[in-house]
Amino acid sequence: MFSLGDLYQQVIIDHTKAPRNFGKLEPCSHDAEGFNPLCGDQLHVYLQINDDNIIEDVKFEGQGCSISTASASLMTENLKGKSIDEFEHMFDAFHEMATADMDTPPDEETLGKLAVLAGVKEFPSRIKCATLCWHTVKSAIEDAGQPARTE
Amino acid sequence: MNIQEIRKDFPTLHQEVFGHPLVYLDNAATTQKPQCVIDTIRNYYEKDNSNIHRGVHSLSERATKDYEAARETIRAFFNAKSTKEVIFTRGTTESINLVASSWGGANIGKDDEILITHMEHHSNIVPWQMLCERTGAKLKVIPMNEAGELDLIAYAELLNERTKLVGIVHMSNALGTINPIADMIKQAHAVGAKVLIDGAQAAAHLPTDMQALDIDFYATSAHKMYGPTGVGVLIAKEALLNAMPPYQGGGDMILMVTFEKTQYNELPHKFEAGTPNIAGVIGFGAALKYIQNIGFTAIEKREKELLDYATKKAQAFDGLRQIGTAKHKACVLSFVLDGVHPHDLGTILDREGVAIRAGHHCAMPVMQFYKVPATARASFSIYNTEAEVDALFEALEKARDMFA
Repeated sequence: MFSLGDLYQQVIIDHTKAPRNFGKLEPCSHDAEGFNPLCGDQLHVYLQINDDNIIEDVKFEGQGCSISTASASLMTENLKGKSIDEFEHMFDAFHEMATADMDTPPDEETLGKLAVLAGVKEFPSRIKCATLCWHTVKSAIEDAGQPARTE
Repeated sequence: MNIQEIRKDFPTLHQEVFGHPLVYLDNAATTQKPQCVIDTIRNYYEKDNSNIHRGVHSLSERATKDYEAARETIRAFFNAKSTKEVIFTRGTTESINLVASSWGGANIGKDDEILITHMEHHSNIVPWQMLCERTGAKLKVIPMNEAGELDLIAYAELLNERTKLVGIVHMSNALGTINPIADMIKQAHAVGAKVLIDGAQAAAHLPTDMQALDIDFYATSAHKMYGPTGVGVLIAKEALLNAMPPYQGGGDMILMVTFEKTQYNELPHKFEAGTPNIAGVIGFGAALKYIQNIGFTAIEKREKELLDYATKKAQAFDGLRQIGTAKHKACVLSFVLDGVHPHDLGTILDREGVAIRAGHHCAMPVMQFYKVPATARASFSIYNTEAEVDALFEALEKARDMFA
């Protein structure tokens, strides 16, 4: 059984207390809002993507629990300098990590530090907290114009 | 009242969660079910299962008798004038939608106003918003103060001859506030408005007398009163129900159908189209009998003791801010804790066996009022103990330490 300590690792607590890249990015080329209707989490992500499809900068703001805040904070740290193709690859790997069965190890090569969030899969009601920011970035990049939702 | 004896009636309570005894403090979301309710439902499916109001065979006659006996139990429990006023629905939400759609559709026009309170559950907001969108009527809101009490001076000012309906939650699920509905109903009636009382949260905690309070429409759900989910009731004055068009068409709500015209059935069947939740209704009746056996005098006394105990602990807990401190409240301790989001609290407490609710409690305007995204809510019932309240606060300490 995963313990609470597996979910609330020190790095997650650190990012909750001092989220990185928190705030509005002005100007930005892409942005989107994300909602988790279950808990009322709200997120706004801002991206600056250049002509070569590279994410030059990314920031976020909003209100959420520690898992959603830390996940967004860690995500922004890891997305800077990545191409959209790389984002999509990371999106899939993150999603797989958060929803796969317990025996499947996370793709640490792709996810790096983000693997600290692997513990969420033991906490079904919290998976959406961790994935909300990723869905929101996806929605911003695809310019869906619709707020991202986790359900 | 012997709490340990009462606890024996509830099989769900006797289990462990993550190696800790379950401490169930999410009673405002749904209460646990006593063995007598579970047995009643099982007995129906094992012995009497059949459709009602049409069969000539023994099983159908027994099921019909039990279903209609439950209607009488519910009538007596809420002191409605007649069983014709007792309409079974899927729950409070459907009851309110029935009124908004049927009564509202027939009686609300573009110059009319519907008045609700700031502390309504979404189920007593959205149906009226939808009605206002359809008709052009205005939705107005009775404000509340920082303690979570309605501003009755503002209420008196908001009432006018255009007010056609006032929707009031009897007890707030997010704050615990018990609203002074007796006076509010009188004031509404003085300007000719009808009143709908959302009794979902209050009904298990304090008595409600339809006739003494002169309530026009009353909605509640069985599952918050130790009964099954998926069944509830609309109780309304017979004259209002008679004048209302049916809500849904189908079987059981008709007397005579031809392709040219349908003659509707008498009350209450006019509003009960289709095969109802028969087992649920019979279980609902058993749940109300369970409450009656304990009695509201004992329930109110005990639940006040427990809330007072929990409130004192909350006041002494560093960094805890209570949301909802009305003078007149029951059974709900809603709060936020510095530095720990309610959802993280929910997860951490769960690992200690303590079940609470974290979120907006389907009352987002209440969250907006207090400028919080969510609250943690512990809600109590007759079977909870002081030791369980202690377990809650011990778990809260662990959560606070984790994020310290």
